[in-house]
Amino acid sequence: MEEEMHTDAKIRAEIGTGCSPRGPGCSLRHFACEQNLLSRPDGSASFLQGDTSVLAGVYGPAEVKVSKEIFNKATLEVILRPKIGLPGVAEKSRERLIRNTCEAVVLGTLHPRTSITVVLQVVSDAGSLLACCLNAACMALVDAGVPMRALFCGVTCALDSDGTLVLDPTSKQEKVSTWLWKGRGLEAKGPESPQWDWLQEARAVLTFALDSVERKLLMSSTKGLYSDSELQQCLAAAQAASQHVFRFYRESLQR
Amino acid sequence: MKETPLSNCERRFLLRAIEEKKRLDGRQTYDYRNIRISFGTDYGCCIVELGKTRVLGQVSCELVSPKLNRATEGILFFNLELSQMAAPAFEPGRQSDLLVKLNRLLERCLRNSKCIDTESLCVVAGEKVWQIRVDLHLLNHDGNIIDAASIAAIVALCHFRRPDVSVQGDEVTLYTPEERDPVPLSIHHMPICVSFAFFQQGTYLLVDPNEREERVMDGLLVIAMNKHREICTIQSSGGIMLLKDQVLRCSKIAGVKVAEITELILKALENDQKVRKEGGKFGFAESIANQRITAFKMEKAPIDTSDVEEKAEEIIAEAEPPSEVVSTPVLWTPGTAQIGEGVENSWGDLEDSEKEDDEGGGDEAIILDSIKMDTGVEVSDIGSQDAPIILSDSEEEEMIILEPDKNPKKIRTQTTSAKQEKAPSKKPVKRRKKKRAAN
Repeated sequence: MEEEMHTDAKIRAEIGTGCSPRGPGCSLRHFACEQNLLSRPDGSASFLQGDTSVLAGVYGPAEVKVSKEIFNKATLEVILRPKIGLPGVAEKSRERLIRNTCEAVVLGTLHPRTSITVVLQVVSDAGSLLACCLNAACMALVDAGVPMRALFCGVTCALDSDGTLVLDPTSKQEKVSTWLWKGRGLEAKGPESPQWDWLQEARAVLTFALDSVERKLLMSSTKGLYSDSELQQCLAAAQAASQHVFRFYRESLQR
Repeated sequence: MKETPLSNCERRFLLRAIEEKKRLDGRQTYDYRNIRISFGTDYGCCIVELGKTRVLGQVSCELVSPKLNRATEGILFFNLELSQMAAPAFEPGRQSDLLVKLNRLLERCLRNSKCIDTESLCVVAGEKVWQIRVDLHLLNHDGNIIDAASIAAIVALCHFRRPDVSVQGDEVTLYTPEERDPVPLSIHHMPICVSFAFFQQGTYLLVDPNEREERVMDGLLVIAMNKHREICTIQSSGGIMLLKDQVLRCSKIAGVKVAEITELILKALENDQKVRKEGGKFGFAESIANQRITAFKMEKAPIDTSDVEEKAEEIIAEAEPPSEVVSTPVLWTPGTAQIGEGVENSWGDLEDSEKEDDEGGGDEAIILDSIKMDTGVEVSDIGSQDAPIILSDSEEEEMIILEPDKNPKKIRTQTTSAKQEKAPSKKPVKRRKKKRAAN
């Protein structure tokens, strides 16, 4: 059970939290990336966004099973493992989203009848997990030397109940309107009981994958309620944020 | 992916080096690789690096009903996963032997040694107890998984804090971490596994084999011990025959090693606790070295989103309005509705008698004509089993050239009439059946 330890502002430092109140302008949390940290995979990267951390390993281009072979391009496979428990449907759906994004940028036709496997391990989840997975996957693919037509990055926005946009939300900011049990005792009573509190954190959470060449949209995954103008606003904000992420990539690779 | 085989010359080289008491990475016979322990921001999360072997451990807890025959004890659950990134050979179906062996060893080491006080995990006897779940993920395989995994498990358990519970008569109160500081688990001792690899039928032994050495070893001896020199588990695998004094010698070495490793663990736990208390920075972000060329950090970056609204309005103003939604739902009966018409039923004469309407919610995929023909032919093959003549006919019929826009050319004269028309597959099949009835 991962508890929200970083809500206690007293003993947490700035780097450890990521949920310190953001001003009127949005901001991305502290980023860190380390490449080539594992010796077995062809490419590996660990990407940290605030407290969220994902480790990615890439094998490829490598031998592929005949059943999965595609005659004119590489077979891309994405595996996402959660930290606790067995992988479920949510992981499968995220795997598919990440795979679709990767397939759009990886030049698979240069390596036909091979397989490129991206394995992602969630090391800690404190909000914006899908975006962090995308970033880790991109850095790992670069480290492995897989040919790509562009880099890609993931950005998450959360929309408040009053329409305020928050970029790179923490898990507390991401919770899409939930009931909070304020009472005492282990037996959870139904929502009719007065001890429940309607905790409104986010009305909608949107995740976008953008490419580095023209900041076009590669993938979007949203949860919650929002209008079309809000969607366009979030997308524009994500594009502005992706500038910073790509600059981070460039500086990280230039070392 | 299949595991790359070890070449004969590499095997011979390794064995010769071991005979001359040399190891490829320059260690001595009884030397351990560097152990590095780093903690995450949440309690119970740690990454242990034994040389290049890396294991991630996470402990979580949940309130459940206890087992029927142990009503006052909590439940411990261990799970070691060999992630596919650890080695290319670790595919989901392929690693069962190794996985079972490691999991079993880990369970024996931690559960049977009673290192965790399960009685203290009881909340309400017979009703609610804590279930402690330890998940270990192998991230990189460079030999000696079991040692790294046992260290990660015990470090994560020592690091973990569970929510505080208080029982007053009948009322049980579960406090959130904000209300009351979470409580550590009560751990009696720390069992740690030490592995010994044997070569040349037990003549040479190495402590902490790396991946290459593991490939050429004859057998493995694993001793789980705590710092009080109590053996928690001992296992010898690989079919090597060891002498009594060899085993005793190994246990003495294990005692020394375990003492060193336990000291390291306690120091790491102490450091982490100190940093948390003083309000310093902690978590995996801090364990990434600053000066390494492959690592890079960036502080919080503010993003200017002031022009976001104008941009959005521009885009919406320029965009075309969405097209009219075409389909409207048709309500057949209360609870059954249909959107869209769907494609006409393309099964052959098998389904003739069962007059089927379009299935409800008819968003079937559009079936290509050629596939329609194919299924039509196959069904007719199944149907034509009464007389031998017909069987041979259907054999001939199997040689059909399928063209997506035309009906298949039937070779036999009986069904040449079906050739010209652009009719759906049902019609030619029907005609054939009529002819058979006439026979």
